[in-house]
Amino acid sequence: MLIDFFLHLKARKLPVSTREFLTLLEALRARVGGNSIDDFYFLSRACLVKDESHYDRYDRAFGEYFKGVTEIPGLEAELPEEWLRAMAKKLLTPEEKAKLEALGWDKLMEELKKRLEEQKGRHQGGSKWIGTGGTSPFGNSGYHPEGIRIGGESAGNRTAVKVWAKREFRNLDDNVELGTRNIKIALRRLRRFAREGAAEELDLDETIRGTARNAGWLDLKMRPERHNKVKVLLFLDIGGSMDDHVRVCEEMFSAAKSEFKHLEHFYFHNCIYDFVWRDNTRRHGERLPLWDVMHRYGNDYKLVLVGDATMSPYEIVHPGGSVEYNNEEAGAVWLRRLLDAYPAAVWLNPEPERAWDYRPSIGLIREIMESRMFPLTLDGLARAMRELNK
Amino acid sequence: MRFEGSSTYVATADLKLAVNAAITLQRPLLIKGEPGTGKTMLAEEVAAALRLPLLQWHVKSTTKAQQGLYEYDAVSRLRDSQLGDDRVRHIGNYIVKGVLWQAFEAEEPTVILIDEIDKADIEFPNDLLRELDRMEFHVYETRETIRARHRPIVFITSNNEKELPDAFLRRCFFHYIKFPDRETMARIVDVHFPGLKQDLLKEALEVFFGLRDVPGLKKKPSTSELIDWLKLLVAEDIPPEALHSKDNKVVVPPLHGALLKNEQDVHLFERLVFMAQRNR
Repeated sequence: MLIDFFLHLKARKLPVSTREFLTLLEALRARVGGNSIDDFYFLSRACLVKDESHYDRYDRAFGEYFKGVTEIPGLEAELPEEWLRAMAKKLLTPEEKAKLEALGWDKLMEELKKRLEEQKGRHQGGSKWIGTGGTSPFGNSGYHPEGIRIGGESAGNRTAVKVWAKREFRNLDDNVELGTRNIKIALRRLRRFAREGAAEELDLDETIRGTARNAGWLDLKMRPERHNKVKVLLFLDIGGSMDDHVRVCEEMFSAAKSEFKHLEHFYFHNCIYDFVWRDNTRRHGERLPLWDVMHRYGNDYKLVLVGDATMSPYEIVHPGGSVEYNNEEAGAVWLRRLLDAYPAAVWLNPEPERAWDYRPSIGLIREIMESRMFPLTLDGLARAMRELNK
Repeated sequence: MRFEGSSTYVATADLKLAVNAAITLQRPLLIKGEPGTGKTMLAEEVAAALRLPLLQWHVKSTTKAQQGLYEYDAVSRLRDSQLGDDRVRHIGNYIVKGVLWQAFEAEEPTVILIDEIDKADIEFPNDLLRELDRMEFHVYETRETIRARHRPIVFITSNNEKELPDAFLRRCFFHYIKFPDRETMARIVDVHFPGLKQDLLKEALEVFFGLRDVPGLKKKPSTSELIDWLKLLVAEDIPPEALHSKDNKVVVPPLHGALLKNEQDVHLFERLVFMAQRNR
């Protein structure tokens, strides 16, 4: 039973397992939901799909499979008016009936039939489904003649066909958005716990050992609690071609700030030279010599550079190449110095990876970085964090 | 036992179905969703609706799976041994029961809430696989096996901070509470403020969903924030017209601090409003 459906889901690359399929069958046997197809849709989704980013894929697969089913010949038959009338009577309260009576049954039926016709033309399966589903024809069709609400609350009338056809979960599909929250989770991979600071936790093993050594006289041992001890130096390229990427960099920055206790950030423009600055509004007043930065922060800091590396190659390889001032030493020299000071380093590039090959400056920077350049996407971040953890 | 929503909690059809599947088949139900969509509330409401006791286990980053079963309080036993207390002879005196143990030995079925499971270590869900599957565990210190008299109804919430292991997911039902649409939202508000004036509600929802559509907000206002804001509007007795000025000028909604919780968002919003006014 339903094995084809299960295989269809598998073919559509949904990670469904046999165990979950058996759970679904068990739930069907236990009659958890009603017999309608929307109940089946919700139930099978709860059983089989365990990640909201797969909801959209599931909606599509479900639609494909059950579109076929509703096209079985024989269900095409016209809905007899008597049946509609009977259904309506069964579903309506006396008040509603009275209201409808005022409108005139015939007019209503005519209207309804017309609408069903219309619907048949417009989107497949709608009217046929009403016949087989056995629930309110009015509600299911999703139209209310003359604005009269018939049968139950509107929420109950939302049909499954509509639910999966709406594809509300499209936005939740993976690799679409790079929100602050996602970035935080990617950055979290960098966490390293270590014990340092004041002793505040009871070390049970040491206490027992110490007590045994004291022939049973209690000897309490304490130890410091674990903390995240990763330290990060973040260098952000700002201005010029980076303006297109302000949003993603902002998100990356705010995520990093809340994730790392020891985070020091600096700005640079296009390439690293002998000065960086901390506050972009005072970039000309308060410059920090890069030497000072390297002397101040030890080599246990991890270096993260964020920039599109898109510039004229002269800005990297020639002294005096900077667009801002006359630099005595080339950008490449400074970048190498920085890399020597901090062995764990990555470059995050907001430009899409496929564009990298067409920009000579990106190639240059990549060479200096020894290919440790990653795109600023979730996947790229994860790869970068793995690189830093090596 | 069936859950049909309650007078204080609006459950959509798909949520009800997922809850009932979990109740009927006695498997855990994993709930995810945007913050403020009532994930934690669900367990409380189900427990109240079915008149079952609720046991809560709030998970933190330091929580271990073992703590939900039991803990062996070796330190107080050590101390007692120093003082020559008689209790020290029996190890059972130093076993502290966890949430799952309490639920397993309860006389009636219980509802367990394991809140924010993703906060814990990555191994945490794996360590609970067998316990949640077979509903039994072994106590090494006293060499006894604790079996559930009644399989509890287990709700697990997650905020998506960590991926949960597949083996764990296979044993659960899953439901994602999506952000309520306008209609559901009106029902939710109705449950919280039965006497709310229709026109005020309409205007307020308009403002609220409009605000959620503002691009670039760091934190979109959620259901619980809407409820708080309405509470303030009602308390301050703000007329509906204040939310929507007649000459069709854009206004900053009163008390918007209840909806936007981040000064950058407030700035952004005020800037947008200012720009919209200038463009007219």
